[in-house]
Amino acid sequence: MKNKSSQPPAKCLRNRKQRATTFLFTAPYIIWMCVFILIPLGVVFFYAMTDANTGLFTFANLSKVFSPAFMKIFGRSIWYSLLASAICLVIGYPVAYFIARQKPSVQRTLYLLVMLPMCMSFLLRTLAWVGLLQDTGIINRFLGLFGIGPLHLIRNTGAVILGMVYNYLPYMIMPLYTVIMKIDPLLIEAAEDLGCNSRRTFQKVIFPLSIPGIVSGVTMVFVPAVSTFYISQKLGSTSTTMIGDVIESQFKTAYNPNLGAALSLVLMVLIFVCVGIMNRFAGSDTEGQVVV
Amino acid sequence: MKKLTALFAAAALTLACCTGCANLATNATDPGKQDATGDQGALDGKEVTINVYNWGQYISEGDEGSMDVIAEFEKAYPNIHVNYSTYDTNETLYTKLKTGGISVDVIIPSDYMIGRMIEEDMLLPLNFDNIPNYQYIDEAYRGAAYDPENQYSVPYTWGTVGIVYNTKYVDPADVTGWELLWNEKYSGKILMFGNSRDAFGIAEAMLGYSLNTTDEQELQAAADKLHAQRPLVQQYVMDEIFSIMENGEAWIAPYYAGDCLFMMENNPDLAFFRPEEQGFNFFLDAMCIPKCCQNKDAAELFINFLCKPEIAGGNMDYLGYGVPETAAKEFMDQEVVTSEIAYPGAEILSHGSIFMNLPTETLQRMEELWLWAKTS
Repeated sequence: MKNKSSQPPAKCLRNRKQRATTFLFTAPYIIWMCVFILIPLGVVFFYAMTDANTGLFTFANLSKVFSPAFMKIFGRSIWYSLLASAICLVIGYPVAYFIARQKPSVQRTLYLLVMLPMCMSFLLRTLAWVGLLQDTGIINRFLGLFGIGPLHLIRNTGAVILGMVYNYLPYMIMPLYTVIMKIDPLLIEAAEDLGCNSRRTFQKVIFPLSIPGIVSGVTMVFVPAVSTFYISQKLGSTSTTMIGDVIESQFKTAYNPNLGAALSLVLMVLIFVCVGIMNRFAGSDTEGQVVV
Repeated sequence: MKKLTALFAAAALTLACCTGCANLATNATDPGKQDATGDQGALDGKEVTINVYNWGQYISEGDEGSMDVIAEFEKAYPNIHVNYSTYDTNETLYTKLKTGGISVDVIIPSDYMIGRMIEEDMLLPLNFDNIPNYQYIDEAYRGAAYDPENQYSVPYTWGTVGIVYNTKYVDPADVTGWELLWNEKYSGKILMFGNSRDAFGIAEAMLGYSLNTTDEQELQAAADKLHAQRPLVQQYVMDEIFSIMENGEAWIAPYYAGDCLFMMENNPDLAFFRPEEQGFNFFLDAMCIPKCCQNKDAAELFINFLCKPEIAGGNMDYLGYGVPETAAKEFMDQEVVTSEIAYPGAEILSHGSIFMNLPTETLQRMEELWLWAKTS
């Protein structure tokens, strides 16, 4: 700091040079973003705003999206994903905390174990649950040996949420672990020295400091969960259809990319709004150190 | 340094693989290894790959001692390699082709979809000089309404739609007609077609409408029927149906007769029922060449090969679908040929109706209603 202020011209020069280098390093990503994110987004927008037959500008697709039938499916998707995020948080937090408190070598092993299921295809893992849960599946056959069942474990809301929690739990644990691991043990020691019992230490120190991890964990579960498809097709009933499945059907079989694009666009906006609310919620929390 | 060595090792390995592949490729063209039954001069021995895009579970692949049709073809034409992939509905196929960016040489859509593809100029006219085995196709399956001039398609199979049900759980007294699929007693154990055209076809047959109706009110009424069925339906399925019905996860499902026969072989509790009085769909699936085809000659060779009576016979023997050539029947298991499920008599067939291509507005309306019926 002192050095910089005493030599302003040099600093200026260095800054400019630095900026040029930074730009150079970010250029590949910027190009990548333009080609693979911005342009496709523009295409989605274009499709959403045009008529399937005439190719002319129209609001018809969007107005269809805002019909009560679709809104119900949007609402259901958001509700399921929030529920799945909350369950992931409740299950994931203690796990992340536990891992972060181990010796570094043990940490690495446990972290790897958490990541392990992600090495397998998400479709395959979901399909495996069908084999477990269905009426003629492994669990019900086993229970049948004792004359129990068959229990209705599949094709209900619970099974869909289970599928989501199972698939997205690692995305919750990862950011939580990273944040909790970085909490300075001295802070915890200080709180204990100042007379906090373990519950108050958690409430006053550990939890507030881990909020950034919670926010990114919830976001990382919520965003893929809300737009997911397949899970509800396989584990859900005909009344648990999610918006991702509807979008898939429009592109895969119905050949109505225009409606599909409009649905995707609205979903995207909804996700932005949800994530925005979550971040704001978290922001005020960390600043004010308010414990929920 | 260690890393550098690893890099070199990797590069060397890749190179070795490439040379290996090249060796393999030269071996394949080695004329000495060609099968005697094959056409030695096919495409002047040029090495080509054709992409065949077919329904799932729709070719004999050598399971359970059956004929491996593609392997047979590659044996007969060693310079043609078949890249085989599958789709689950006509609509998926249509969407894939419409979206573009793929190269497919042979497709096997159903009647109404062929009509639509011809109308939208998506198919290439076939050169029948390359398909001499077309002579074996029975007169009855030529000149069908979707391709009246026999320009674009060569029939592959035909069949009917009916209900497959599990006799262990379903009361025979309930098996009266399509309404079995609406029977609340079996709620959660009923499967339904995962494509709009087949699903609407059933609702329309039940309501006594034409399976090719374009009337808005009739479509709406059919959609209402399907909508009322939704809470009872376990899943909307296509190829998944095999395992679900075979292991008793569901008890009642409408499906194509050939596949029903296949399922019944794997689970003797299954039975087939065709609601003859109410009417049902009679379909014809035929081989076509789409506009994105890269190797038309090779594609025609493939189509010709599938029409060969012994190949068609061996293929359909396994599939259980109707073979459109009488000459092929002598290569088949007589039990299959005389099966009333696969080969219903003319009297029964007279109750069936074939799907025709519908106007675009009707198709779009149907998709809209279908989405509504199965999701809300």
